[in-house]
Amino acid sequence: MAGQTLYDKLWQDHLVKSREDGTALIYIDRHLIHEVTSPQAFEGLRLAGRKPWRKDSLVATPDHNVPSEAAERAAGVAGIRDEVSRIQVQTLDENCRDFDVVQFGINEPGQGIVHVIGPETGATLPGMTVVCGDSHTSTHGALGALAHGIGTSEVEHVMATQCLIQKKMKNMLVRVDGELGPGVTAKDVVLAIIGKIGTAGGTGYAIEFGGEVMRNMSMEGRMTVCNMAIEAGARAGMVAVDQITLDYVKDKPYAPKGADWDRAVEAWSQLHSDDDAVFDVVVELRGEEIEPQVSWGTSPEMVVGVSAQVPDPATINDATKRAGIERALEYMGLNAGQKITDIKLDRVFIGSCTNSRIEDLRAAAAVAKGQKKADSVKQVLIVPGSQAVKAQAEKEGLHKVFIDAGFEWREPSCSMCLAMNADKLGAGEHCASTSNRNFEGRQGYGGRTHLVSPGMAAAAAIAGRFVDVREMATAQSEGGI
Amino acid sequence: MKAFTQHKGLVAPMDRANVDTDLIIPKQFLKSIKRTGFGPNLFDELRYQDEGQPGQDCSKRPLNPEFALNYPRYQGASVLLARENFGCGSSREHAPWALDDYGFRAIIAPSFADIFFNNCFKNGLLPIVLDETIVDQLFDEMYAEEGYQLTIDLEKQQVVKPNGETIDFEVDAFRKHCLLNGLDDIGLTLEDADDIRTYEAKRREQAPWLFDAVK
Ligand code: SF4
Repeated sequence: MAGQTLYDKLWQDHLVKSREDGTALIYIDRHLIHEVTSPQAFEGLRLAGRKPWRKDSLVATPDHNVPSEAAERAAGVAGIRDEVSRIQVQTLDENCRDFDVVQFGINEPGQGIVHVIGPETGATLPGMTVVCGDSHTSTHGALGALAHGIGTSEVEHVMATQCLIQKKMKNMLVRVDGELGPGVTAKDVVLAIIGKIGTAGGTGYAIEFGGEVMRNMSMEGRMTVCNMAIEAGARAGMVAVDQITLDYVKDKPYAPKGADWDRAVEAWSQLHSDDDAVFDVVVELRGEEIEPQVSWGTSPEMVVGVSAQVPDPATINDATKRAGIERALEYMGLNAGQKITDIKLDRVFIGSCTNSRIEDLRAAAAVAKGQKKADSVKQVLIVPGSQAVKAQAEKEGLHKVFIDAGFEWREPSCSMCLAMNADKLGAGEHCASTSNRNFEGRQGYGGRTHLVSPGMAAAAAIAGRFVDVREMATAQSEGGI
Repeated sequence: MKAFTQHKGLVAPMDRANVDTDLIIPKQFLKSIKRTGFGPNLFDELRYQDEGQPGQDCSKRPLNPEFALNYPRYQGASVLLARENFGCGSSREHAPWALDDYGFRAIIAPSFADIFFNNCFKNGLLPIVLDETIVDQLFDEMYAEEGYQLTIDLEKQQVVKPNGETIDFEVDAFRKHCLLNGLDDIGLTLEDADDIRTYEAKRREQAPWLFDAVK
């Protein structure tokens, strides 16, 4: 019998029951909750007179609607100016109280973007099944977990039964071998992968990210890659457990301790694909061929290296594809063949569950140090992913670097990743953003998003247009900073 | 959940690939804590010429005359004809809620994004995957004939054209069963409560650190 993939093992470990119709009941270990996709699920429980099956599997936090401005944030939930947002956050408070669910409230030390706080507290661990009413739940797969987004009906289903009804996905391996060049990050890797396989390339698959580049990548980098598995169409992305995983998890507040730790490490040592495991599809990339990426269009697959040009639809034969590119160029206000480095920016956003962890902020600060944002750039928002990230960054003095550069240092929230709070792009504005989606209107009505790494975003903030962060870094070291 | 057995309805086009969930229902409407009332904001950014706000009376907003769903000939449509990778992006169930609230009962496309596809079934909305060439043909026929209607027979797994020609489609046995009978999956899963408890007890023994850690 052929060996098992990591996904096969995680599936097998959580299989409660296979049914004759090809579906299965899969047990869920951790269920993360935020204010946007949970109210209707709690309401459903109430209407049916049901209670959560296992309360201790639930962890809630508000992130999407909470303001990022310190002044508006200071008064807590009551201070949220937008009434509809305030009601939603209040509803989460009430539901957590009524159903006795652990919540990291708006200004509490544990609060943050749900996908940042899970790994950082040890609430999500290797070998778990993790779900959340949020497609970027794939992030937690970086720990060697089976993690994916679900809809609100399933949020209710998992609360009521601790299980999901699932069909097994197919296995895809994305191998990134070789080595990344300096200034090339996890974000560039995942954008290059999406550019290669397309936004529907992973539909129906669980993707395992492997190869030398992934093995050498930090946990936070792996989270960035897994976060965007959904942007390639795959509900779940994952990375095998290794020493880097264990070093990261050890001593996290909710991680196992003492004898439990030893038992856990033993169990987790199985969490990798067997040598003879068979994948339905294998995709290969070379690390040294990846340059810093910039998205030019309205889908994450519309992405190129910083030295490239915006494509010319006239060269595309497929009619639907050509129409898609034409529409994207029109929406983005770009010309066919235009150089990426000629795109000027109005705003810059560094944050989101993709790139708001401490390493991301360090990378941005390294570029911003001693520099000033370009006058033509109206605003540069730096939004840490959690209270813990914010505290760590302040301890390291990163916030000062940003403030000195003319950037704004904000409170943990999703912020301009999807613009549900007050942070938005104006119509027609171009934004260098470290988030994960460049869909039309995503960051504000008529807004134009370009997805990049934190270093690239900081470099763009300083230059006022896209520049190759690698050249910037050279200039800096020559200048002796 | 609303049952779906057979449905005959007017077909309307959403003629672009990769229609994402932000386009189906923009984020400002996700602030609602209800499941209903999203219909007037379906495809909001394409449908209107201004930026919509939650709670607004949409009947007074300027419509985009170039958007197909605003054409007189597509008023009252209940079958949406779409292109590849429909529903990509977020897990927001507000997307199927909006389509349902608008009056759609079925969506036909060459492919759908996974989470969206799954969410549709939970809301009595039937996503149908057909071959790209067949979808192309349906687009042509729909454009050519005003009032073009399709019948969808879930029991037989067939789409029936106005000329009586039929097209077979695949649907998962479990999902079909739930949809035909309007069954609530939570009730069904709870029939297996003993299996869940047995699994849970074993799991607690093997991996005690997964339990009672966060309190
Ligand atoms: S940061 Fe953006 S992508 Fe991540 S959970 Fe928040 S809104 Fe969603």
